[in-house]
Amino acid sequence: MSRISIEQVKHVAHLARLAITDEEAEMFTKQLDAIITFAEQLNELDTENVPPTSHVLDMKNVMREDVPTPGIPREEALKNAPDHQDGQFRVPAILE
Amino acid sequence: MSLFDHKISELHHMLHKKEISVSDLVDESFKRIAEVEDKVQAFLTLDEENARAKAKKLDEKLATENEFGLLFGMPIGIKDNIVTKGLRTTCASKILYNFDPIYDATVMQRLHEADAITVGKLNMDEFAMGSSTENSGFQLTRNPWDLERVPGGSSGGSAAAVAAGEVPFALGSDTGGSIRQPAAFCGVVGLKPTYGRVSRFGLVAFASSLDQIGPITRTVEDNAYLLQVIAGLDPMDSTSANVDVPDYVSALTGDIKGLKIAVPKEYLGEGVSEEVRQSVLDALKVLEGLGATWEEVSLPHSKYALATYYLLASSEASANLARFDGVRYGYRTDNAKNLIDMYKQTRSEGFGNEVKRRIMLGTFALSSGYYDAYYKKAQKVRTLIKQDFEKVFEKYDVIIGPTTPTPAFKIGEKTSDPLTMYANDILTIPVNLAGVPGISIPCGFVDGLPVGLQIIGKHFDESTIYRVAHAFEQATDYHKQKPAL
Repeated sequence: MSRISIEQVKHVAHLARLAITDEEAEMFTKQLDAIITFAEQLNELDTENVPPTSHVLDMKNVMREDVPTPGIPREEALKNAPDHQDGQFRVPAILE
Repeated sequence: MSLFDHKISELHHMLHKKEISVSDLVDESFKRIAEVEDKVQAFLTLDEENARAKAKKLDEKLATENEFGLLFGMPIGIKDNIVTKGLRTTCASKILYNFDPIYDATVMQRLHEADAITVGKLNMDEFAMGSSTENSGFQLTRNPWDLERVPGGSSGGSAAAVAAGEVPFALGSDTGGSIRQPAAFCGVVGLKPTYGRVSRFGLVAFASSLDQIGPITRTVEDNAYLLQVIAGLDPMDSTSANVDVPDYVSALTGDIKGLKIAVPKEYLGEGVSEEVRQSVLDALKVLEGLGATWEEVSLPHSKYALATYYLLASSEASANLARFDGVRYGYRTDNAKNLIDMYKQTRSEGFGNEVKRRIMLGTFALSSGYYDAYYKKAQKVRTLIKQDFEKVFEKYDVIIGPTTPTPAFKIGEKTSDPLTMYANDILTIPVNLAGVPGISIPCGFVDGLPVGLQIIGKHFDESTIYRVAHAFEQATDYHKQKPAL
């Protein structure tokens, strides 16, 4: 049985904001299915009472003094923008 | 004979005695690049004009000052996922083809303060996702030892440039083996420091809980000098550790009498080629001859590391790479009907297949209904893998094994099946999951291709790793071999 269907792959691509062709969807379905099947070997392990590790050094909150510093100048921030206008990033229409 | 056959400390001495100038060092770099870059293709961007101007400035300083640091005037290559102010930084991705950073990574600031000279930016797998540098969106880098073979990855450009003598040293980054594996394939020295040892500020994030910047060099001593400059707490990276940075070079005593080495049976078992296994056993004999002892141990969860890694790293990547949306920087599609469409087209045209595959795997593993089964499960197994290392380090000083199961493979050999390519990282990935430091040093040749020895240490104990690596290097001459090119 496959672990992931072509519809799921298309849905995931949409969530990840990727446009994929039908051909790509087929290829990714096959490859992701193989990877997920491979990953299911983790189920051999009983991890019921094992705490998850999200950070190896087990750091707690790192605090610093709240000292105001200058931000990035606007021209600098816009320097790499594909499109900008009136000192702001410009994007295509949000509403049709 | 190249100037870069000398160690950094020797070059420093020569600068001091005015036997050479900084301009000579930069000339050497660009001369060699002109000679071999056609074949190797390690660099994505060169910064020749600035490098020469800086060399001139430093030469003026050299004429009047007698006190300067070890990296003063040394040419260095930088992996293209480390941001360099005013110098194009692409992560080898079309989506950042024109990105001109407005600030320097912390490691770059430290290199500037040390008066090192950036020669250029080095090729890599796109966003550091890969093990052969074949996933670069721009060019194929070749292994200087055999141009039909890959240099390894993802820091393939960094390792190849050092091996080819284009720069005396380089920076790479390592998320699952991306410094150590190319160092092994190219016959150079590559260290992944302890997680938190080096600031990640300005390293374009792939998997934030695993990524580390580290040095790639010809010798262990050079490696220690470079780490010395880049290591330490950084207020700009809250995951950088508040742990004192020791004097790494003073650890290079050559004395490893009484050192206790653990050799995991999982690292010499199935999948590891007979020749690589033999090279590692021979290396252990050398270390025994120097007064160390070794015993076989077990890291029982090793076989689960690969699956754990791909779930966690891809999940983190899917979040980290959400920022590439065509709004603030980089590539934007020309044919979008509306905003959502613009995001989708931009990302689909800008990212390569491996990056898309991992973003989708990560998005899936984090999605509602699958989070517990995949992402959280992998985080729990990560704990077990980390505990394996802790247990071994209660009794032993270092863990030793091969860096890779085989020497460098052929270009195109593993590109058709992602899982085959991933399997190449089985010996390096556990180290990232546990957050411990590891180095790869040359320990032999198989059919003219270098083999890497991996030495793994306790958290923040890079000194012991360096001491062992240096002692081995002094007793052998693998590091003196150079590719014919």
